[in-house]
Amino acid sequence: MTDLSKSGAAVGEPTGTSPTPKAFLEVRDLKVHFPTDDGLVKSVDGLSFQLEKGKTLGIVGESGSGKSVTSLGIMGLHTAGQYGRRKAQISGEIWLDGTELLSADPDEVRKLRGRQMSMIFQDPLSALHPYYTIGQQIVEAYRVHHDVDKKTAKRRAVEMLDRVGIPQPDKRVDSYPHEFSGGMRQRAMIAMSLVNNPELLIADEPTTALDVTVQAQILDLIRDLQTEFGSAVIIITHDLGVVAELADDLLVMYGGRCVERGPAEKVFYEPRHPYTWGLLGSMPRLDRDQQERLIPVKGSPPSLINLPSGCAFNPRCPYADVPKDDVTRTVRPELAEVGSKHWAACHMSQEQRERIWTEEIAPKL
Amino acid sequence: MLAYLIRRLFAAAVMLVVIILVVFGIFFLVPKWAGVDVALSFVGKQADPAAVEGVRQKLGLSDPVFVQAWEFFKGIFAGRTYAAGGDVTHCSAPCFGYSFRTEQSVWPVLTERFPVTLALALGAAVLWLIFGLAAGVLSALKRGTLWDRGAMVVALAGVSLPIYFTGLLSLAIFSYGLGWIDGEFVPLEESLTGWLGGMILPWITLAFLYAAMYARITRATMMEILGEDYIRTARAKGLKEQVVIRKHAMRSTLTPLLTMLGMDLGALMGGAILTETTFSLPGLGQKVLDAIQNQDLPFILGVVLITSLAVLIANLVVDILYAVIDPRVRLA
Amino acid sequence: MTTQRTSGRRKQALAAAAVVAALLTTAACGGGGDDSNGGSKNGAAGFDAANNKVLQASEAKKGGTLKFASTQDADSWDTTRGYYGFMWNFSRYYSRQLVTNKTEPGSAGAEVTPDLATGLAKVSDDGKTYTYTLRDGVTWEDGKPITSKDVKYGIERVWAQDVLSGGPVYLKDVLDPKGEYQGPYKDKSKDKLGLKAIETPDDKTIVFKLPKANSDFEEMLALTSASPVRQDKDTKSKYGLRPFSSGPYKFESYNPGKDLTLVRNTEWKQESDPVRKAYPDKITIKFFSNANDLDARLLAGDYDIDLAQTGMSPQGRTTALKEHKGNLDNPVSGYIRYASFPQNVKPFDNIHCRKAVLYGADHVSLQTARGGPVAGGDIGTNMLPPSVPGSEGQKYDPYEMAGANKKGNVEKAKEELKACGKPNGFKTTIAVRNNKPVEVATAESLQASLKKVGIDVEIDQYDGAQYASTVGSPSNVQKKGYGIIIMGWGPDFPSVQGYGLPLWHSGYILDSANNNFAMIDDKKIDGLFADYLTQLDDAGKAKIATEINHKVMEGAYYLPFVFEKFINWRSSRLANVYTTDGYSGMYDFVNLGLKSSK
Repeated sequence: MTDLSKSGAAVGEPTGTSPTPKAFLEVRDLKVHFPTDDGLVKSVDGLSFQLEKGKTLGIVGESGSGKSVTSLGIMGLHTAGQYGRRKAQISGEIWLDGTELLSADPDEVRKLRGRQMSMIFQDPLSALHPYYTIGQQIVEAYRVHHDVDKKTAKRRAVEMLDRVGIPQPDKRVDSYPHEFSGGMRQRAMIAMSLVNNPELLIADEPTTALDVTVQAQILDLIRDLQTEFGSAVIIITHDLGVVAELADDLLVMYGGRCVERGPAEKVFYEPRHPYTWGLLGSMPRLDRDQQERLIPVKGSPPSLINLPSGCAFNPRCPYADVPKDDVTRTVRPELAEVGSKHWAACHMSQEQRERIWTEEIAPKL
Repeated sequence: MLAYLIRRLFAAAVMLVVIILVVFGIFFLVPKWAGVDVALSFVGKQADPAAVEGVRQKLGLSDPVFVQAWEFFKGIFAGRTYAAGGDVTHCSAPCFGYSFRTEQSVWPVLTERFPVTLALALGAAVLWLIFGLAAGVLSALKRGTLWDRGAMVVALAGVSLPIYFTGLLSLAIFSYGLGWIDGEFVPLEESLTGWLGGMILPWITLAFLYAAMYARITRATMMEILGEDYIRTARAKGLKEQVVIRKHAMRSTLTPLLTMLGMDLGALMGGAILTETTFSLPGLGQKVLDAIQNQDLPFILGVVLITSLAVLIANLVVDILYAVIDPRVRLA
Repeated sequence: MTTQRTSGRRKQALAAAAVVAALLTTAACGGGGDDSNGGSKNGAAGFDAANNKVLQASEAKKGGTLKFASTQDADSWDTTRGYYGFMWNFSRYYSRQLVTNKTEPGSAGAEVTPDLATGLAKVSDDGKTYTYTLRDGVTWEDGKPITSKDVKYGIERVWAQDVLSGGPVYLKDVLDPKGEYQGPYKDKSKDKLGLKAIETPDDKTIVFKLPKANSDFEEMLALTSASPVRQDKDTKSKYGLRPFSSGPYKFESYNPGKDLTLVRNTEWKQESDPVRKAYPDKITIKFFSNANDLDARLLAGDYDIDLAQTGMSPQGRTTALKEHKGNLDNPVSGYIRYASFPQNVKPFDNIHCRKAVLYGADHVSLQTARGGPVAGGDIGTNMLPPSVPGSEGQKYDPYEMAGANKKGNVEKAKEELKACGKPNGFKTTIAVRNNKPVEVATAESLQASLKKVGIDVEIDQYDGAQYASTVGSPSNVQKKGYGIIIMGWGPDFPSVQGYGLPLWHSGYILDSANNNFAMIDDKKIDGLFADYLTQLDDAGKAKIATEINHKVMEGAYYLPFVFEKFINWRSSRLANVYTTDGYSGMYDFVNLGLKSSK
């Protein structure tokens, strides 16, 4: 792995040419479009990134930015679902440990699901089946991929519940989801996701439904488990705070595209996209009143059917008029390297952005 | 679970008393307020005043309302005796009334006819569940396809076509026309094959209506359930789609269907009346229609009570099954 | 018998689906072949072959099961309580009377003939005393002899109306007009035979002493309600569930509304009975709830005959006429379908307004609404049924309803309106039973034709089962303004008394269950009825009947629609089939036989 950056993680060239990438997970020009009666919803429109084992990637963005669809795309769960009866159109490449998932036999992908890659969902109450006990659900997840009897599987379930810090796991294994508290349910969900020692773990807003103290516990748990199992982890969140300490790399999504990505500390401390500034500004912080968000992102997320022309962020960007000739509204900015392994898509010049960041934004944060 | 059970049983008992009171009110008080002399409709053409008076005496129609109500209640638990003009008729408990038109106690007639209706309902229920669920699930999974649209058109037909039509059509084709089935009711104790031959068309006719409804509901529910987060979770585990449907989606789809089934079985009387009339099945539905036409109040009253009881029991059973299926309900 | 009760189920099934009718016609009789009038390969004898004549009497064999089917059960099988025509007809299987209707086709069937009695009554004391002697060898189903006391007790039961309601009460009215006797159940005498008007000097002799002569008395004794009942077998109100047999058959089983089975009464002796032939071994009735199903099964040969004898349902009729015409008869039913005009509702107190309706009505369209000339009947021109002695049929047509005015005569109607003081017409309401679609159709037809003469009619459909308290209550009729009431009527026994007395006699105006809807209070008509009762000569009786009919028509109280006809089915298995005026054009059940005992 000679071309790994010092951060280890890996935000690679957007246009890899080698057919078999060396990274553990590599996504190339991923597009997920949903045909609807109103038009084509371009939930993800040309996304690329890489991730190595043992590392954590944070994907950040508002709801509707395409982050969840991306994760479902990787898992192969981007079925019809929410957009009516027509099938999703998916293109690009997703390489997982040498296998391209989009062109693979669906049944092969199914066998990878839950074992090699698994997922923690946002709301554990609705993501767990209400009619089955926690134990039954974990046992099921284990036995899909392991040819063991129920007893062995149940021992494994208890072990996993114990591992994620559920007290009296041998008793709680027979409880139903509704008998658990929110934090406990999320722990159980994590236990279920990790029961098969997956190499890739995707956590989609794992803490949104939880209160702040529990959030921290859950995040700690994910980090500990990652260290223990050495998995690659993708954490999807709208809250930069969640991934601040966890992620090795960050990828900021807006309107189905990546607007900035790079090593976490770079994106945090030298962000080069106004949208990232907005996200940082709206980060809840314990030392400040919530009302005091200095640089909130005004306006609402863009329509995924008719993205604004030029820079998709331009209607909400306070600096849209900084570049000349109305270029923000006519030309779509491409990702450009702004630092070591650090990329951003903005029409403003490096200098302009550096100046705005250091003079206008950073002091207020 | 036990506390839940006791609570439900108690509520059912209270409902039963309320039902008896309401039924009494409907049959004895409402005609009175409407100024209809019930006794008159029990006698023949040349209404001899003695005949009217005889019926009035036997029915106790001149007694105060609360006496009538008490006699009615007492009859159900202890039996009662009707007497007039030297003629004494005893109606043993549970006395749900006595018909002076056919000179029969209501209860034995209804209990004799009840199994026919029950067999009709259960047999049809099995058919409609099998076909309704299968069609609904397939439609949900293959939605938008030709199969889905075809099945839903058939379902629409099933829901809209009256039983009289489908019933006569099936008789015209299979019984009179092709002669495959005799189509006449034969008691079970006489011949099993004869009984099956007599019941199959009624079953299909009644089941067609409900299968259609169940297919539509199953399809809608299934599609909703398939969008649930826990289905996505099940898929994320790497379960085969078949297992996802069978083990995860079906179980959830069953819950609302179970509620429907309980209600439908309890309140099947409408469908049973039409089906039994069309096929001349000697069940409760046929009896109640007959009773309505002959103004045979005691029978109407008995059937209303039995039907209410059936709804009550069906609801109780559904509540209990619901608790078995859905662990969350047990807490409620 | 009462306003004829066609089952409401029939109506519902009728409403079922016209489309199915088409299906039935094609599917039901796919291989039926065509039976034209002249008989056919399946043994059908031909259209109207049994109408007023005996069909294949010689082919009747002993044995077999005669299968009736019906959508309607009897009101009661108790001989005292039954009032439906088919019940009277059927009851002859298990009950005998002193005299009964002749087992002969047509009008001869309406004449009485000795049954339990050795001969017709010896009438004396100016028609006030009737004496009968019982035959030897007449027995109950347990072998005990039928005595004059059993006959008396059976007749006494009519007095117990508070327990045994439902049947005709002619005997009570004639023998005890003041209502002095309380009936056998309240009878203080030891043998419960306290009725003074009947004497039983010995077990073989019975003497009826009428307070006033009634020339139809023997007809009344031929009614089922004059059957003997044995006191120790009288289960009072429950007798109808299991009557004790005096006839050739006895009850084997009866489930009300489901089925009834009669088997041979082995104690009955052929030589003791001059009337009954008792061909089949077994007689069954199966009750259906779907008239179309029933007709299809008749057509398929599963059953022999419809018990109710009220005509086939429209679908079955259409198929049968097309494909099995040889199995059908088209008898006159004895019923007249009509509208009557209550004089207590204005402006029908004025004869000219009544006449305006008679002239304004389109009689052909009314006939069509009733079912047309075959299934509905001939246009009614007067109020005496063709089966009643004294009837002139369509020959008496004072308003030319079947002649010049059959499509309605607007001019004459307007003249009458002018004479009535309503030159611009008036508004009124037609009352019609909601459970009789055909009657509703007639009401609509009448509504349409009256509109042309300026009479604006609203149709009010009332609950048919409640007729006693709705149209049967003159005060209610007046309150609701029912100027026209649509109804039908058939004779209880074929005489002007058995038909018209409750309709036209002022003494029969009742507060409830009234049948004299027109409120006819005409001394002349009352007087003619009084004359009739004392007139013992048949020709004289017929003449008075004709006169009464004329008086009723001259008063313009009624608008007759049709002399009703039915289309009835007889299976090809039946032999000795004929229709009889004794039972209003029904087939005479008691002597039906099967061609094969299988």
